[in-house]
Amino acid sequence: MRILSALLIGLVFGCGIVLSGMGNPAKVLNFFDLAGGWDPSLILVMGGALAVTYLGYRAVLRRPAPLLDRAFHLPKSRVIDARLLGGSAVFGIGWGITGFCPGGALPMLGTGNTGVLIFLAAMTAGILGARSAIRWLDRHGAKPAPFRH
Amino acid sequence: METEFTPWASLAGGLLIGTASVLLMATLGRIYGATGIVAGVFFPETLRDWAWRAALLAGMAAAPGLFWALSGQMPAVQVPVGSGLMVLGGLLVGIGVTFGGGCTSGHGVCGMARLSIRSIVATATFMLFTGLTVYALRHLTA
Repeated sequence: MRILSALLIGLVFGCGIVLSGMGNPAKVLNFFDLAGGWDPSLILVMGGALAVTYLGYRAVLRRPAPLLDRAFHLPKSRVIDARLLGGSAVFGIGWGITGFCPGGALPMLGTGNTGVLIFLAAMTAGILGARSAIRWLDRHGAKPAPFRH
Repeated sequence: METEFTPWASLAGGLLIGTASVLLMATLGRIYGATGIVAGVFFPETLRDWAWRAALLAGMAAAPGLFWALSGQMPAVQVPVGSGLMVLGGLLVGIGVTFGGGCTSGHGVCGMARLSIRSIVATATFMLFTGLTVYALRHLTA
């Protein structure tokens, strides 16, 4: 039941990416190109997704537990530190070069496009390398001083 | 490469992305973060945890096929750069989302929908740097 649900939910997400144009790098980059041929479509993608998620989460998170697990798994970190800011900046540079973000590229794996395959292979290598680096930094006590709010 | 403004398709796509995020929270109690899903497939804690993430990925990758079955064409993927820059960009995305703890889906949609300050700061940061990178590549180096 968990696996069937995940499969269908993944398909809904993937259809959203395909329909919205988030899986097409040219469209994504044109959204960020305010000084060129600006394509504002992505505002509607983000706006639509945020509105549904905001309202849906309010209803769902009021329940004691999800339908197919014992508890909700919500991120607990509230820390804003160099890792969050630096990581996000580096992600932005990569997104600006390729036009692919992880959620936009993953469904496009199904098109068999070579660019998607190259991007996803490199992204996965980046994730594996960064996880090792983070483990090393944590072991050697190089955790940056966090700013808590 | 010019692209057409597609307000209705993009709004419908956004609503579907939001629906998937809400359904994943309602059923498995999880944030729909593409970064965490990929990482969880490669670093599974338990088989039970690996299985739902792998199924989610399979469902996502099935979407272009469904689109093709219904419309007779594959969705457009216009890749702007050559393989070398694709590898560099892919590495930066993988490193960045791991240190930053999320991407457009995890921070940008799910985190912002929970009004998480951390996610709002992360989203503002990566959107700013994406815009600056696009500007630099298209208007300063051309």
